[in-house]
Amino acid sequence: MRQPKIIIVGGGLAGLMATIRVAELGVPVDLFSIVPVKRSHSVCAQGGINAAKNLKGEGDSPWKHFDDTIYGGDFLANQSLVKSMCEAAPAIIDLLDRMGVMFNRTPEGLLDFRRFGGTLYHRTAFAGATTGQQLLYALDEQVRRHESIDRVKKFEGWTFLSAVLDDSGVARGICAMNLRTTEVQTFPADAVIFCTGGIGAIFGRSTNSVVCTGSAQSALFQQGAWYANGEFIQVHPTAIPGEDKCRLMSESARGEGGRVWVPKKPGDTRPAKDIPQNERFYFLEEWYPKYGNLVPRDVATRAIHKIVFEMKMGLPGGPAVYLDVSHIPREVLNRKLEGILEIYEKFVGPDPREEPMKVFPAMHYTMGGLWVDNEQQATNIPGIHAAGECEYQYHGANRLGANSLVSCIYGGMIAGPAAVRYARNLEKGCDSIPAGVFERERVRQQDITDGLLHQQGNENPITIWRELGEVMTENVTVIRYNANIKKTLGKLAELSERYKKINLQDRTQWSNQTLNFTRELGNMLVLAQVIALGALERNETRGAHYKPEFPERDDANWLKTTIARYDLGKICLEYQPVDTSLIPPRERKYTAAS
Amino acid sequence: MPDKTVIVRIKRRQRPDEPARWEEFELRYRPHMNVITCLRDIAERPVTRDGRESSPASYEANCLEEVCGACAMLINGEPRQACSALVDNLEQPICLEPLSKFPLVRDLVVDRSKMFEDLKRTHCWIPIDGTYDLGEGPRMSPATQETGYPLARCMSCGNCLEICPKVNEHTQFVGAAIISQVRLFNMHPTGKLHSAERLEALMGPGGIQDCDNSQNCVKVCPKGIPLTESIAAMNGQVIRHALKTWFTGHD
Repeated sequence: MRQPKIIIVGGGLAGLMATIRVAELGVPVDLFSIVPVKRSHSVCAQGGINAAKNLKGEGDSPWKHFDDTIYGGDFLANQSLVKSMCEAAPAIIDLLDRMGVMFNRTPEGLLDFRRFGGTLYHRTAFAGATTGQQLLYALDEQVRRHESIDRVKKFEGWTFLSAVLDDSGVARGICAMNLRTTEVQTFPADAVIFCTGGIGAIFGRSTNSVVCTGSAQSALFQQGAWYANGEFIQVHPTAIPGEDKCRLMSESARGEGGRVWVPKKPGDTRPAKDIPQNERFYFLEEWYPKYGNLVPRDVATRAIHKIVFEMKMGLPGGPAVYLDVSHIPREVLNRKLEGILEIYEKFVGPDPREEPMKVFPAMHYTMGGLWVDNEQQATNIPGIHAAGECEYQYHGANRLGANSLVSCIYGGMIAGPAAVRYARNLEKGCDSIPAGVFERERVRQQDITDGLLHQQGNENPITIWRELGEVMTENVTVIRYNANIKKTLGKLAELSERYKKINLQDRTQWSNQTLNFTRELGNMLVLAQVIALGALERNETRGAHYKPEFPERDDANWLKTTIARYDLGKICLEYQPVDTSLIPPRERKYTAAS
Repeated sequence: MPDKTVIVRIKRRQRPDEPARWEEFELRYRPHMNVITCLRDIAERPVTRDGRESSPASYEANCLEEVCGACAMLINGEPRQACSALVDNLEQPICLEPLSKFPLVRDLVVDRSKMFEDLKRTHCWIPIDGTYDLGEGPRMSPATQETGYPLARCMSCGNCLEICPKVNEHTQFVGAAIISQVRLFNMHPTGKLHSAERLEALMGPGGIQDCDNSQNCVKVCPKGIPLTESIAAMNGQVIRHALKTWFTGHD
């Protein structure tokens, strides 16, 4: 039998898991990543990974995990895959444990679990407050082991430009650029798996890493891949605002007992420690007595916006509220939360063990992404699969904390073998495709690069990017008004025109980062339109998508998946029904138990 | 120029074979700036202090919160992460140079693939049978976890190699980061079963014997990993392993 050839783009949790699964089947993998895979954005995940192991005698179960996830996602997620993920989660934790992840332990030597948002159970396994980093390293080590026996070949320092599609629209490989030499090259493959992560850069300053631009998803979208539920953007309630990025302060701080509050007297300038208990407003605990500080992220974020902008009760000196862990014993904090407390100390200064942290919501995650089917993680383009944050399947209208790591790993586990099955069933492999198919894509991409290198004008890519981030954050995150979204679409059209006048100021062809960033920026501008258009059309409130003009969830008209398609340079929206066969939709409110 | 500015000097080379030159930039000060903000400002307006048009400086960066290891460089002569280097805490002009112990790519970008190759050479992984469901992992005491977890936070930034006098063009020394990783895997209940192969890799050329105990590594580790403790622990394991194989002829 002919040995299939698999390419995986992206080396975060989903990409590495997919790589391991393919390599285990004895099939060689070419793994492409912009950064050395050990530096992928998964390292930023802090709080933990969900699995209903029920090790605290609470009667937790995969079904309850499933129900919390569907309810937390406001019933927009297709249910069958989510159920399978929740059922697989306990074994995923065991696997990671066997790989050597240094999860926190109980005195009995078992895995410890903590609480997270949107659930009443201790369901989150954790390694200090750097769980994503620890998980990524475990998978990175396994991939390195496969690399040492030549089952995996890494292409680190390459960026994906486009898929190579044959005349019948079947993917036959990829076109990528070497970031050092700027050489554009095609690579044949029978199947390609995209695990290219988040899109935070579209919002300027988010909690995401620099590489999370969504460029690959957007490039695929422009080649015909469907993009689903783009308008669902998660804004994390607790981050430290920064000049270069917003740094996440994990939900685990609240999972371990951290409390969010503001002084009852607006403008109170006393140091936090001098404000007595009865003069503090613990607004989440008051408004949501059952879940308290552990309401889902969309709910907490809107509450903070209400406190700061409507009730004018934010902290003096900038939009912020307190996230307070100073009442928790030092020893517990150091054992369970050190990673994030260290970030606060290094980037802000004060010791959060002594005084409350000042935090504010920041763009964090995209629930939407490449459309994939309900079984194989397959996109609508034959030969292209997707897993991880770059696809849309698992989180509906709002993701629960600590579900991202499990969805990345689960998606990678499915996508790897599915891609191999697809490749083995192909009648014609990529090696029988005429060279001209690859050459025409290479030339098309080389022309785009050459065009940018020679383009004259007075626009700067960083300036355009900053303006993009500002307008998207202002109008297409927490609170959405149709008039403002329309203005945003106008601004995006203006930025796209100005994009054509970018002057790179660096026309060299060795490690030219401006060239690569500018290529990514072009793709960001397209994906931004997908997000804004989806938000404009959806006249309801659901999960993270909140429109004051349409404050209720509207199942009659909007219990459906948004599908964006790119048709001759135009973005068209269509809708698909949601699979709600297992849990009938019910009202979502966190004031009482669900 | 606004009232308050930041002066940044960057050692630049467009290609590895070019002679280095210094460029100085003056930027508008804002509160909470770090070195990354400075580099972005320069990319937005790459004009030197004396008014000469230049180009954006190349640098590596990703997470910007000191967990990915990408943005290590020499900042005022010290190896550290650019993201956590806050302008308010730095003396000006802020001097930026690439790490000197790794092959230069361009400007502030170097090639640290040696570290990943050394992780491969020393078998720094747990050799699991497969990803199929084999039930729970081995039990581990909280004490073992509390020793292992800090070691597991090593992000391969390379600062400990940069500062080490024994890492230079005449040696192959793996450096403290790798030695500490071997300790981590040799401590794990499953990893332990294969400790001999890691120890042998550490005894070869460029292995632990090259360490001259100058103890600089631990001072520059951004994650506070007890690197010298790891080196001492591994010295002990290597000696015991050598004696055992010498007396018994096998391990």
